[in-house]
Amino acid sequence: MAHNVMWIIVGMGLVTYIPRMLPLVAIQTDRIPPFVQAVLKNVPFAVLGALIFPGILVIQSGHLSGITMSDFLFGVLGGGVAFITAFLEWNIVFVVLSAIVVLMIYSIWF
Amino acid sequence: MTQKPRAGYQKGLKAGLPIAIGYLPIALTFGLLSKTYHLSLYDSVGMSLMVFAGASQLMALPMIAMGSSGIELILATFIINIRHLLMSASINEKACPEPKWKKAIYAFGITDETFSVASLSDETISSSYMFGLITMAYGSWVVNTALGFIIGANLPHVLQKSMSIALYAMFIGLVVPSLKKQRKVVFLFIGSALLSSIFSLFLSMGWAIVGATLVSSIGVEAIFYKKGRLKHGS
Repeated sequence: MAHNVMWIIVGMGLVTYIPRMLPLVAIQTDRIPPFVQAVLKNVPFAVLGALIFPGILVIQSGHLSGITMSDFLFGVLGGGVAFITAFLEWNIVFVVLSAIVVLMIYSIWF
Repeated sequence: MTQKPRAGYQKGLKAGLPIAIGYLPIALTFGLLSKTYHLSLYDSVGMSLMVFAGASQLMALPMIAMGSSGIELILATFIINIRHLLMSASINEKACPEPKWKKAIYAFGITDETFSVASLSDETISSSYMFGLITMAYGSWVVNTALGFIIGANLPHVLQKSMSIALYAMFIGLVVPSLKKQRKVVFLFIGSALLSSIFSLFLSMGWAIVGATLVSSIGVEAIFYKKGRLKHGS
C-alpha cells in the first residue's frame, strides 16, 4: 500500500509539473502574434477575477449551489476589508492581516 | 537583469510573505487530514514536496482512501492543474530571457498564488526573484504540512476560519491597485469573475477558471485591440 501511494504521488507530481514547465521552455516569445501576446498579458487580471469569485463567497460550503447567508456575509466582510485597505494602498501583508483580524472579531462576537 | 541576483532573491522572499501566511491554514489542514486518511508522514510530506498544489492534494486524500486507481488520480490531478499552462504561458511573456534550465526549475513553483504575485508585481521576473518567492511559498507549504501531521491539531477554530480569507485578501490586494489605474483591467476582472461564477455551476473548479480566463482575456482584447488600431491607424 505505502509503496503504491508513493508512485501515485510521483505521477501526480509529474502531471502537475509538466503544464507549469512546458510554456516556459517551449514558447519563443518573439514568434507569437501581437494579438496573442496582448491576450497573454491580460491573463493575470482575468485569472484573479476567476480565483476570487465565486470562491470568496463560498468559503465554508465550497460551491455556489450550497451557499448560505452566513457564508456569503463572511466572504463579503473579509473581501470588503481587503478591498478598502488595498484601495488605501496599505502594504499587502497588512491587507491580509486586517481581513483576518476583522473576521476573527466578527466570528467571536456573532 | 540589471539587479544583482541576491537583491532579486530577497525581493522575492519578501513578496512571498503573504502567500506563506495564506498557505499556513491550508497546509495544516492537509497534514492533519492526511493523517486521518491513514497516509504515512512520508507520503503526506512527500506529496507536498513533489506536487505542491493545494486543490489536487486535498482531492487526492479521499480518493486514495477509497482505493481509486493511480490512473484515475493522476488524470484528475492533471485536469485540475492544466490551468497552469495558461499561467505559465502568460508569465513567459514578462519573464526576462534566461537559460531554459533556470526557467525549468522555477516552473515547478508556479501556483495560482506565486503566479498572481509575480505577474502583478513591478519587479522583473528573473530566476532569482522567482526562487525567493517560491522558497517562501514552498517552505510554508511543506513545513506546515509536516506540522499539521505531527502536531495533529488545527489552529483554534476561530483562527482557522478567519485565516481562510487570507489568500482571497491577498488576491484582492494584488488586483486593486491595477483596477484603480486601468479601465481595461476592470473589464477583464469583472468579466472573468462573472463568467467563472456561472461556469462553476456546471464545470469543475479547474475548467471554470480556464474557461473564464480565456473568454474574458480574448473578449476584452478583441474590443480594445480594435479600438487601439483605430486610434493608431491611418
